[in-house]
Amino acid sequence: MSGTFVGMPAFPRAAREAVRDATLRGNLRHATHTIRAKRAKAVAEVSDWAQLREAGKQIKDHTLRHLDHYLVQLEESVTAAGGTVHWAADAAEANRIVTGLVKETGESEVVKVKSMATQEIELNEALEAAGIRAYETDLAELIVQLGKDRPSHILVPAIHRNRGEIRDIFAREMSGWGRPAPEGLTDTPAELAEAARLHLREKFLRAKVGISGANFMVAETGTLVVVESEGNGRMCLTLPETLISVVGIEKIIPTWQDLEVFLQTLPRSSTAERMNPYTSTWTGTADEDGPRAFHLVLLDNGRTDTLADEVGRQALRCIRCSACLNVCPVYERAGGHAYGSVYPGPIGAILSPQLRGTASEIDASLPYASSLCGACYEVCPVAIDIPEVLVHLRERIVEGGQVVRGGNKVVLQPAKGHAAERAAMRAARWAFSHPGALRTGQRLASRTRRLHPRTLPGPGRAWSGTRDLPAVPAEPFRDWWQRTHGKGGPALPRTTPGAGTPAKDSAADKAEDKGGDR
Amino acid sequence: MSSRERILGRVRRALADVPRGDETPPAPERPGRYPPYERAVTRDYLREHGDRTPAQTLDLLAGNLADYRAVVHRTDAGHLVEVVAGLLVSRGSSSVLVPPGLDESWLAGSDVRRIADRAENTPHELDRVDSVVTACAVAVAETGTIVLDGSPDQGRRRITLVPDHHICVVRAAQVVPSVPYALERLDPARPLTWISGPSATSDIELDRVEGVHGPRVMEVVLVD
Repeated sequence: MSGTFVGMPAFPRAAREAVRDATLRGNLRHATHTIRAKRAKAVAEVSDWAQLREAGKQIKDHTLRHLDHYLVQLEESVTAAGGTVHWAADAAEANRIVTGLVKETGESEVVKVKSMATQEIELNEALEAAGIRAYETDLAELIVQLGKDRPSHILVPAIHRNRGEIRDIFAREMSGWGRPAPEGLTDTPAELAEAARLHLREKFLRAKVGISGANFMVAETGTLVVVESEGNGRMCLTLPETLISVVGIEKIIPTWQDLEVFLQTLPRSSTAERMNPYTSTWTGTADEDGPRAFHLVLLDNGRTDTLADEVGRQALRCIRCSACLNVCPVYERAGGHAYGSVYPGPIGAILSPQLRGTASEIDASLPYASSLCGACYEVCPVAIDIPEVLVHLRERIVEGGQVVRGGNKVVLQPAKGHAAERAAMRAARWAFSHPGALRTGQRLASRTRRLHPRTLPGPGRAWSGTRDLPAVPAEPFRDWWQRTHGKGGPALPRTTPGAGTPAKDSAADKAEDKGGDR
Repeated sequence: MSSRERILGRVRRALADVPRGDETPPAPERPGRYPPYERAVTRDYLREHGDRTPAQTLDLLAGNLADYRAVVHRTDAGHLVEVVAGLLVSRGSSSVLVPPGLDESWLAGSDVRRIADRAENTPHELDRVDSVVTACAVAVAETGTIVLDGSPDQGRRRITLVPDHHICVVRAAQVVPSVPYALERLDPARPLTWISGPSATSDIELDRVEGVHGPRVMEVVLVD
């Protein structure tokens, strides 16, 4: 398996392979069901969850509406506190800045706190190309890095691995990166955690450069916040002499007080805890405590393009808790890799195609990686209406239209693969506005129903490949209605008939709208 | 054009559909005082969950700390010295890190070798120390959290990170009910560490295991 997402197949193909992997499905089912129940309990403990969720949504929306203002304010406050602020319009620029900063220190290795932003820009690969070795220090990231694997979950990137697989990876790979795994390592989680502790400790103690992301940046104070569990974050944030944080511009919150909302909602949504074991906050540099140099790299990389979409911009409220992954029936079965992005699951399905655009096969297929059941919206601590954005993105892919890419307005052509869908919709529109033709067609369909194939021919095959065709009834609803209720049957309240349209057709159409024909 | 100007320009163009103007609040004078912004967000969530007496708040803190596997010892000011000494003995510690401003009387009952928290200490030296004793800035009952802010009685962040055994003394007056109260008491300019139980991970099958990189044993001495 490759370490990057380049050239990923479209979601349906990747998912089809994933669902055949019984081990993967077992691992995912176990993990997601464990966390679902715990999250529900942690959320039920606070009676004002709905109010906290609404406040979180409002804070993020307000910030996004005034993002330029808060970015400038943040830059001022971080600089005043002794930090240096850099701006990166895209991944390449961010990688260039970070690589340059590491080189300036003269070091050839760095320790990293788990960070979605640095995964997104593939910083490790860029550092490696410059001769700098990046050590991932989060346990799950370590498992992914040692296993030459890809992350499959926002919070627990190695969720697709069970304890036995992790034991094997540690025993096989640790020696190539530093201290080998202890002899006779078993698969108990405590022993695996101990092996990671021993392996990483020598790296923490000698590290001169740390690289992190951040969960929040407070504009008014210039404070950065990292929420974590293991203590690897604290190690990377306090022991090195130089700290470089790469943070997406949407991670800003206006005030220190705003943390009171997110420090209550994030841990409960994420690991289902009242509070995560460690939260670190720092404001620039502190005298003789922690790094002497602090660099903040503010990352755009598609975020302003996302901000330009009136419906899609709500995805920028995301605080990366991963609750939506854990409840998603599609994620539970397909796993994270099928989404072809560091952002898998429901949030990934709306974030990746907006950050990267929909030019690639995988990105154009992501808005369809959902049954639109809405469980993700229900659990989201900042109330992102993921189904709404999914439908919006589907429409944009099928119909085309104006979007912003790289800061420029471009017009998307309707996607080629959806020609049959568009044709079908056009035909349906015509049929529903011509009742006579519809009736004839329905009768014909009923009479020939024994001859119908199980799958559609031609371009329709892709659609029917993953769906059962609806069974056609022996008698169309209208005929049944005419026979049982028509002449002399019970009277129905009738709407005013349109000019030239028989009243009985109008009533029948109404019944059909309610799905009475199924 | 610099990337700074490019990004800010893109943000402004992206927000062209949003009504602007008066709504943009001015920079705040200081944390917590920001009337135009305060009106922009409905804060009808609770300041704390439930109605508790100070004694009940202490009980809740002790319960929540223990729930996340911190070891809680309750005592009074008169017995603090022997409790701390006893913890160092039962741990079998031969050395203890001491922040510069720690109340010296707390360690008066112990003859364990003391190591001062100094800027020159290397991480490797800290790794050879068995325990660390600190005070705290604030403790949060609802979440079972201790907050350190680097004050002289708490020391540099790394001294409570590298040693495997952390003894933290919490006085009743430092205990607040909830996260909103804690933030109000804390100074964002200081480097803060919020600690809720010992180091843990949920990375193996999303199940919590205690003990990774931070101190694996967290003992809280609650003084009332």
